[in-house]
Amino acid sequence: MELSRSVSLISGLRYRGRAGMLTWILHRITGLGILLFVGTHVTVSFFGQQFGDDLAFAINTVYESWQFQIFVYFSVLFHALNGTRLALMDLFPALIRYQRELIWLQWLIFVPVYGLPVYLMIQTALSGA
Amino acid sequence: MRSARPMRSAGTFEYGMWLFTRISGLALMLFGAISLGVGFILGGREYLSMPAMFRWMFFPNPNHVINSDIPDVTLGWSNAFWQIYSMLMIFLATVHGFNGLRMILEDYTERPLLIAFMRGLTILLVLAGIIVAIYVILAS
Repeated sequence: MELSRSVSLISGLRYRGRAGMLTWILHRITGLGILLFVGTHVTVSFFGQQFGDDLAFAINTVYESWQFQIFVYFSVLFHALNGTRLALMDLFPALIRYQRELIWLQWLIFVPVYGLPVYLMIQTALSGA
Repeated sequence: MRSARPMRSAGTFEYGMWLFTRISGLALMLFGAISLGVGFILGGREYLSMPAMFRWMFFPNPNHVINSDIPDVTLGWSNAFWQIYSMLMIFLATVHGFNGLRMILEDYTERPLLIAFMRGLTILLVLAGIIVAIYVILAS
């Protein structure tokens, strides 16, 4: 079947793909985010180490702030968990029948594993430690 | 998730990259778990900040984890095993990441000339990333 690529934004937003669509779009966004972050980090560190550029060190300190780490941790953890689910479903195609349940399981793992460290990070940051 | 793309037949470039993405993704998680564990064994148990954990996980290199305030980090990381380990990890991560970028770009591009141009650009970025990473690993 030929796939039409000329879809307007409105009809794209109106399409209701449910949980699978959400994980699909989040997988893309988090993947691009990680690529952008790692690419910037490698480039900036290279210039910082080779030429002692002050701007490079200033950009590198941004990554270590807890606000930025909340996004980095979300991206890495979600991309890893969702990627595991996709790889498992490709290795064992019988699992594709249970995609809905697997997505629920994925969120069930994600929420505590993401939530607890983020809670601790915010608590530590706001208590001024 | 039913794929919107046509089925990939074995032996083609797309099939190879499809397989590579799965294998490298699983391998990166395994590598990350191993180097995080070794980072803890080397004395990082007291330093549980998120940036430090990511530094140990995905690029175990003396220059990279030096900010983690571990006094003798060079003893643990600067040998041939961890250098090769880091290089392998950087190779897997770079190809995995830029292949993903290529897939997304080709989803929104129809002109074949533009696709060829972006593929060339992607290959250059992959090579640049790997070369810079190998330089950093060998120089530290």
